[in-house]
Amino acid sequence: MPNNTPSKTGWGIVPLVTIALLLGPVTAGMIGTILPAFGGLRPGGGGGFSLQAWREVAATPGLGTSAWLSLKTGLISTFGAIFISLLLVAGWHGTRAFRAVEQALSPLLAVPHVTAALGLAFLMAPSGWLARLGSPWATGWQRPPDLLILQDPGGWSLIAGLIAKETPFLLLMMLAALPQARPAERLQVALAAGYGRVTGWIFAVFPNVYAQLRLPVYAVLAYGISNVDVALVLGPSTPSMLSVQILRWMSDPDLALRAPAAAAALLQLGLVIIGLALWRLAEAACGTIGRRLLWRGIRGANRRDDLARGIGLTLSIAAALAVIGGLVGHLLWSFAGRWRFPDALPESLRLRTWARHGQEIIDVSAGTLALAFAAALIALVLVIGCLEAEHRRGRVMGRGGLLVLYMPLILPQITFLPGLQILLLQTGASMGWLPVLIAHLVFVLPYVFLSLAGPYRAWDARYATLGAALNASPDRVLWQLRLPMLLGSVLTALAVGMAVSVGQFLPTLLASGGRLPTLTTEALAIASGGDRRAIGAWAAALTLAALMPFVIAVLLPRVTYRNRRGVLDG
Amino acid sequence: MKKLALAASLALAAPAAADPNPADWPAVLAEAKGQTVYWNAWGGSTTTNDFIAWIGSRVAEDYGVTLEHVKLTDTADAVSRVVAEQAAGTDEGGAVDMIWINGANFAAMKDADLLFGPYAAALPNWQFVDTEGKSVEVDFTVPTEGFESPWAMAQVVFIHDSETVPEPPKSAEALKAWIAANPGRFTYPQPPDFLGTTFLKQMLVELVEDPGLLQSPANDSYDEVTAPLWNWLDEVTPALWRSGKAYPQTGPRQLQLINDGEVDLAISFSPGEATAAIANDQLPESARTYVLDGGTIGNASYVAIPYNANAKAGAMVVANFLLSPEAQLRAQTPDILGYGTVLAMDKLDAADRAAFDTLELGIATLSPAELGTALPEPHPSWMTRIQADWAERFGVAK
Repeated sequence: MPNNTPSKTGWGIVPLVTIALLLGPVTAGMIGTILPAFGGLRPGGGGGFSLQAWREVAATPGLGTSAWLSLKTGLISTFGAIFISLLLVAGWHGTRAFRAVEQALSPLLAVPHVTAALGLAFLMAPSGWLARLGSPWATGWQRPPDLLILQDPGGWSLIAGLIAKETPFLLLMMLAALPQARPAERLQVALAAGYGRVTGWIFAVFPNVYAQLRLPVYAVLAYGISNVDVALVLGPSTPSMLSVQILRWMSDPDLALRAPAAAAALLQLGLVIIGLALWRLAEAACGTIGRRLLWRGIRGANRRDDLARGIGLTLSIAAALAVIGGLVGHLLWSFAGRWRFPDALPESLRLRTWARHGQEIIDVSAGTLALAFAAALIALVLVIGCLEAEHRRGRVMGRGGLLVLYMPLILPQITFLPGLQILLLQTGASMGWLPVLIAHLVFVLPYVFLSLAGPYRAWDARYATLGAALNASPDRVLWQLRLPMLLGSVLTALAVGMAVSVGQFLPTLLASGGRLPTLTTEALAIASGGDRRAIGAWAAALTLAALMPFVIAVLLPRVTYRNRRGVLDG
Repeated sequence: MKKLALAASLALAAPAAADPNPADWPAVLAEAKGQTVYWNAWGGSTTTNDFIAWIGSRVAEDYGVTLEHVKLTDTADAVSRVVAEQAAGTDEGGAVDMIWINGANFAAMKDADLLFGPYAAALPNWQFVDTEGKSVEVDFTVPTEGFESPWAMAQVVFIHDSETVPEPPKSAEALKAWIAANPGRFTYPQPPDFLGTTFLKQMLVELVEDPGLLQSPANDSYDEVTAPLWNWLDEVTPALWRSGKAYPQTGPRQLQLINDGEVDLAISFSPGEATAAIANDQLPESARTYVLDGGTIGNASYVAIPYNANAKAGAMVVANFLLSPEAQLRAQTPDILGYGTVLAMDKLDAADRAAFDTLELGIATLSPAELGTALPEPHPSWMTRIQADWAERFGVAK
């Protein structure tokens, strides 16, 4: 076969283009953030090195609390999400209950953070749905109690929201990592040694799973420390999370405040680094403690095992119900007539909200989905190119490549996107959909890669050998064997990419100058007005837009291959 | 790719639009036809969004202007966009064509020469504007000088549920006593939200010995003048909703809180908001509005055009249409928007005047006589300092 070297067929260029697309905007954004933080890029030009911006940040009321809050919510919510998904997988993997919970949780992965947060806010408020369902017959409340549940200064409602949203993600990541850890064999050995199911799983299987889980966990941790969209809805405001404070400075008419915003963005990056370092220390400590416990021979059989399994199942069902309940709440509000506390249901159902917002929602949905499809399709082509280049070179991507892939997911958005906006403006490329598309690609690419890499690499290479033996070129093998056989995975990757794009808030806002309304930016703008009916309609549409590609990804292969069931399993 | 390249070269080749001359209205109309105007306006209120959409359909019909509502969570977003464009040298073809603006944002843009104009007085419908009776040419003590055109009058009112609070407190002192007697039942939007800041200003006007001081920029006497406000806040904050550890982030969210039964009173800057909210099931039917015995602050909402706007002619056409009796009447219709008109009734023709006269104000809207004369806004410098001080004193929960 004369044409299978990457250089000749041009496949070698694809990974380079992909890396450039990932690192280009990130690097540019970092430059745009670092310069103003130290006196550069000053409005009106001029000026040299200066620490003035840092002094302004330091003088902000409540800054220490803001920073501490960011770290605290990130660490606790990440730990909580791992804890729940670990107990669930350890205690229930392979059972029927597990499959049921898994099926309930996986679609929730696609639910955008904003809708989940807004839904939770309605569920948990003292005048929210849960309180309404229990009032007044159980609680005696004719009026809602004055309880500080949402936006509490301690950040606990934010932590709860993050746990509910991140548990499905870590759970699915854990499941993806599972086959390589050969859980059945390992668990068998542990059970034979007299360990309880959960304890045995944690000692024998989890360390191997976690090794592969590390980068997704770091992404979750970084997001928890630095997110803006969930913090705007559930986070405290006296003071707010550091990320929210940065956004406020960024959008102040006083351009001089860009400098403290940039400095605080670097502080935010520092917090993420501290968070990651603390996490690594905790990883090491857990390893040591685990080995000690192993030597002491704690086996956690019987009652303790049952308790752990019970907690795992209850908490994961609670997480699923919290998100699903919030979505049902959105839907109900979008049709609600008058609905006051303590009524459990609206007095009447009407179509007025949809009549009022329907046309606009359809228009914005079309734009949102078109953008998402474009971003996901470009990402898909690049990812297939990367994987195919890898395949033809016969070398799997190394650690460095993986780090590049995770860079945009671990680096806080609020650190480099403001800088990117400043630089976009400098080049005059600030308007329209192209910068937004590029900004979305930075976040869509990694997820599409992570989604497709596993199935793509697992594809049985003997088919290719067979094809080559039949004199098919590598290109023909790719187009006529590999991709058709991987249709399901390819479509799932496309759907993942679209869901990621649909959910982007900061990249859309900062790269479009507000000129490209998407469902997420509109939903957050509407949310500031507190009209629950409008919020319900927009949130429902946003959720639908994120879920629809998945439905198509599941159904399409079944229809296409209805006569070739073997392909579906391949 | 070819198409893209072609489009790019066309865009580059097109001559930069010369500043349209507001005085040459036929030329403005001709240039406006086919333009797309990006109106950056706060997007948190369903009724306002609907009104802006209606304006869009009307200017498309009559003038061939496409209006896109860029929904802001904060007007400052649009201002900072223009500021950033100026810093980057984007002096033409900017992203923002028109901003719903007033107060500090206007003062900042006017100070930095970021506005197109003067154009307001050249608009054909300016002839109907009530320049004598209403404060439409002075915005928070800053003269507008034609760099922004008014489109709605606003005045502070308080919303109460007449069933739970039949006799609402009508002064700062009465409110303090009411809060003490009803802990957890009152709050205000968190500054720097403009309505939250407005609440602080309204209380300041009530508590200060000589409100006339607030008409000149804040100076060395600031601490002394504002001391009664901080004392008042120190006393009421522990008895606020959530003990002052959390606040609603915007004005309209207070309506949800009243509807949910969490609080009993809310501040609003739109006398008709309560009526519209009742019609939308957002407030109980027993909701009513009232003003303080000492009067309440009023101001006008304006639209301004950035110096680098891409569609200045189109923006002027929209600004002019906003001043038309047709648009003003719709804005004042209670279940649509309920904003006060900026027009002078005696300048309108008989038919238009009759239309305004027969307008039913709505169940929770006060008549002009009940509203009384609006008190003037303090100089913006007061607001800036009060905002910063509030963040220092109350922005970090103890």
